[in-house]
Amino acid sequence: MSKVLVVTSGKGGVGKTTTTAALGAALAQGGQSVVVVDFDVGLRNLDLVMGAERRVVYDLINVVNGDAKLPQALIRDKRLDTLHLLPASQTRDKDALTDAGVARVMEELREKFDWVICDSPAGIERGATLAMRHADVAVVVTNPEVSSVRDSDRIIGLLDAKTLRAEKGESMEKHLILTRYDPNRADRGDMLKTEDVLEILSIPLLAIIPESQEVLRASNVGCPVTLNNPLCAPARAYSDAARRLKGETIAMSVPSERRSFLDKLFLRRAA
Amino acid sequence: MSLLGLFQRRTSGTVARDRLQLILAHERAETGRPDLVVTLREEILAVIARHVPVERDKVRITLERGEGVSTLGVDIELSLPAAKQLAA
Repeated sequence: MSKVLVVTSGKGGVGKTTTTAALGAALAQGGQSVVVVDFDVGLRNLDLVMGAERRVVYDLINVVNGDAKLPQALIRDKRLDTLHLLPASQTRDKDALTDAGVARVMEELREKFDWVICDSPAGIERGATLAMRHADVAVVVTNPEVSSVRDSDRIIGLLDAKTLRAEKGESMEKHLILTRYDPNRADRGDMLKTEDVLEILSIPLLAIIPESQEVLRASNVGCPVTLNNPLCAPARAYSDAARRLKGETIAMSVPSERRSFLDKLFLRRAA
Repeated sequence: MSLLGLFQRRTSGTVARDRLQLILAHERAETGRPDLVVTLREEILAVIARHVPVERDKVRITLERGEGVSTLGVDIELSLPAAKQLAA
C-alpha cells in the first residue's frame, strides 16, 4: 500500500525541506522505496539539501507536460538506492503545473513507490494546495513561535477543505512535527511549550526536533540529517518519526546530544 | 491584578500561548471553522446576559492543558451596576 505524504507549514523557513529529506532518507533506510517530490516551482531547494543539484536533467514540470518520461526525471540517491528525488523546475513558474498533469504523475508515483513525500512551498497559494491535494497523510512542520503556529493553523484548515480526501468527505490524517525546539528555553517559560502548541493546533504529535547545529551541517554538505549523522539528536528524532509513520509505537522524547563529562563541565562553567 | 498573579510570573511563553488562543479563535470563526472556545464564549455570554448586563469583550475563556487534568477558565469582568446586582 503506497502512501502520499505532504510536508507543509504555511510559513517559510520552518524546516519543510529539511524534514522532507530527513523523513525520506529515514524511511528509505528502513527498507521502504521512497520518492521525495519538490513542489516549490521556481524556488527549488530539495535538490540542494539532498546533494543532487548537479544531477538534475528533467523536472516535475517536464513530466507533467509530457516533455519527459517519469523515469528520465527521477534521480536515484547515491547513498541509498531505495531513495529517489523528483526535482522542481527552477525556471518555470507554478502556473505551469496543471491539475490533471499533477494527478497523472502522482498516480504513476504511487504505483512505483511505497512513500511519495511532497515538499510543499510556503504560503497558501496554488503551489501549496497542489502539493497537498493528493495526500493521504500530512505532516505539519511548526516552530514554537507565534507566527509559525498561526500559519500552521491556516494550513490545517486548508488540509480539511482543499484536499481530495476532504472533498470526498474522508478524514485527512494530520501530524505535527515541532522543529527547532529548545527544551531549556521552554522550561524557563521563554518559548511556547509542546503542550501549548498541541493544545492550540489539536493535531497529534509526530516528533519534536531539538534545535541543533547538525541540521545546518547536514544541509551544508547536501545530505539528509538522518544520513549525515544518524546518531545526532535531530536524526534520532526524525528516525523515530519515520517509524511512527509506519505504525510503530515509540515513546515520545526530545533527544539530546550526548555530551562527554568534559563538555558538560565546560558548558556549566560557560553558562 | 489578582492575588494569584502576584506569585505567578507571567512568562513570555504564556503570553504567546494566550495571544494565539485569542487570535486563532477569531480567525477560525471567520473562515467558518467550528471553534470550541468561540462556541463556549457565545453560549456562556448568552446565559449571563439573561441575568446581568455584560459586555462581549469582557469575557475571556481559556483552555489550559496540564498533566492529567485540563481546566477551562471563564473570566468575566462585570460592570459596577452588575456587580452590585449580584452582591444584593
